[in-house]
Amino acid sequence: MSAITTAVDAAVGSGTEPPRRVFRQRTITRRGFTISVLAYAIALLFLLPYAEMIIAALRPHDQLLAPNLLPSHFSFSNFTTIWSTGFGGNLIESLEIAGGATGVVLLVAIPAAYYSARHRFRGRSLFLLLVLATQMLQPAAMLVGIQREFSSFNLPATLSLILVNAGFNLAFAVWILTAYFSSIPVELEEAAMIDGASRLGALGRVTIPLAMPGIVTALIFTFIAAWNEFIVALTLSLGLPQNHQPLTVAINSYIGEYSVDWGHLFAGSVIATIPVIILFAVIEGRVVSGLTAGSIK
Amino acid sequence: MTTQQPRLTYRPALHKRVALSLRPLVWIGPAIALIAVVVLLPVVVLIHASFQNIASDGFVVGGAGWSNYNSLWHEPALKGVVFRTVIWVVAVVGVTVLISLALAQLFNQRFPFRRAARTALIAPWAASVLMTALIFRWALDPYSGAVNVILHALGLVKMGSNTADWLGNPTWALVWMMIVGIFVSLPFTTYAILAGLQTIPDEVYEAARVDGAGSWRAYLAITLPLLRPAILVATTINVINVFNSFPIIWEMTRGGPGYETSTTTTFMFILKQAFIGESAAMSVVNFLLVIVVVLLFLRATRWKEAVDA
Repeated sequence: MSAITTAVDAAVGSGTEPPRRVFRQRTITRRGFTISVLAYAIALLFLLPYAEMIIAALRPHDQLLAPNLLPSHFSFSNFTTIWSTGFGGNLIESLEIAGGATGVVLLVAIPAAYYSARHRFRGRSLFLLLVLATQMLQPAAMLVGIQREFSSFNLPATLSLILVNAGFNLAFAVWILTAYFSSIPVELEEAAMIDGASRLGALGRVTIPLAMPGIVTALIFTFIAAWNEFIVALTLSLGLPQNHQPLTVAINSYIGEYSVDWGHLFAGSVIATIPVIILFAVIEGRVVSGLTAGSIK
Repeated sequence: MTTQQPRLTYRPALHKRVALSLRPLVWIGPAIALIAVVVLLPVVVLIHASFQNIASDGFVVGGAGWSNYNSLWHEPALKGVVFRTVIWVVAVVGVTVLISLALAQLFNQRFPFRRAARTALIAPWAASVLMTALIFRWALDPYSGAVNVILHALGLVKMGSNTADWLGNPTWALVWMMIVGIFVSLPFTTYAILAGLQTIPDEVYEAARVDGAGSWRAYLAITLPLLRPAILVATTINVINVFNSFPIIWEMTRGGPGYETSTTTTFMFILKQAFIGESAAMSVVNFLLVIVVVLLFLRATRWKEAVDA
């Protein structure tokens, strides 16, 4: 800050610039400087726990419980030995569940959102209200019901988890996609249909490509929510062997009755978080606009 | 928005009318079916189970009338659990919204690398809440946790002492779990308010400046009222999420010692391991509480005016 002040003082002293403008320049710079420093500090604070997660995963075995902030050296052994605990199977299981749920949500949400955006049919507001109401319901609140219902269905746990995650993430996808489809002028589809495209052809070649930002946002949000889901996974994957449990359940199971395998727990957490960070980086710019579409419309 | 469908001036034959009225079902039917099977049916099963006598292996022994509710009511821990749940929800959501208002204002300013700084805010949203809770549990370890290492260096806490065992003390455990709850709720709330801020046109502020309003006054008189829809949506979603939050408490204390750090959600989960019917009754009560709280909140804030405005 002192460098800026000195530079401004020098400019004032030299008298080459109109004083008024220099004064403005200085207040803006100083305010901007404070804002930047504050914002970076807060951003770092948000990352701090995850830095600690990485440090914990990289601690050598003999320094795992050492009372220091940083170990004397780092060791990657947790990242190499974790695969023998069946962690690869856990990743595949979560990939199947999150990928399956995302697929189901898109298959179900795109037609519903498109039709609701384009037509004023009887029961439309009732349908949108039903969708909104599901956003008030959380799987944790009805866990006993979910467990009893799905155990009577006798489906494989993976399929049950795909359906549950799809059902509870459908609302957000329908809302955001309805907003996106509404914002695309119907004239564009009509033009395509005049040019000889069928109704579905116009939808596939014109509307869906234009709605892609919304679709990608809905897709990534669903994937991340299913990837990170814990309480239903914990309940429905009870009977599965360790190497077929979803990620979150596997990470939880590193906590034993008497001891915790912290090294593998945090190495697994780091590996599990990397795909999510990549996905979030893809949609970062769209998170704000996505939330606007989802909340205001 | 589409144009209104032209009104039919003739009355088509019955089968045609039926076909017309069923057409939406082709498009929205799968969504309704998924919601019905995955979201609505479990509610029915849950309410049904709360009136049944169910063995701990899940086998139904017979009807139970209101006895599950009766034994829940006489559960000695219930009063404390409900009281703690209310404190937990009000404190976590209240503090989250207040901090998010400030954060959104800060991150709405223009500064270099704003995009990178904003992305960092997403971290607790991207990582599973389960993992975040576990990092805090690790960092609060009385013998080696980073929080205690720092506090020890500052002379505030003695490593390995009772005061360093934050999660062993119900009051401090609850405070730390609230900190984690706030931490993981901030990204969504801040982003929702940021989205709200972007809907406010700059001209409004210019008009206020012309009228001589200072920045604080402009914030209270213009920004806050215009942010109301965003704050309402964010608060409502947070209330529902925090009410149903499970991983934070489960991973940091498992609701213990005893039930002293349990909320209704973890209490329900613990009951489920032995008393399924009573656990279902707890879920039904939990469920009604969420609905009542959300309706009261929406009523208190006159959300309809905000939405219509």
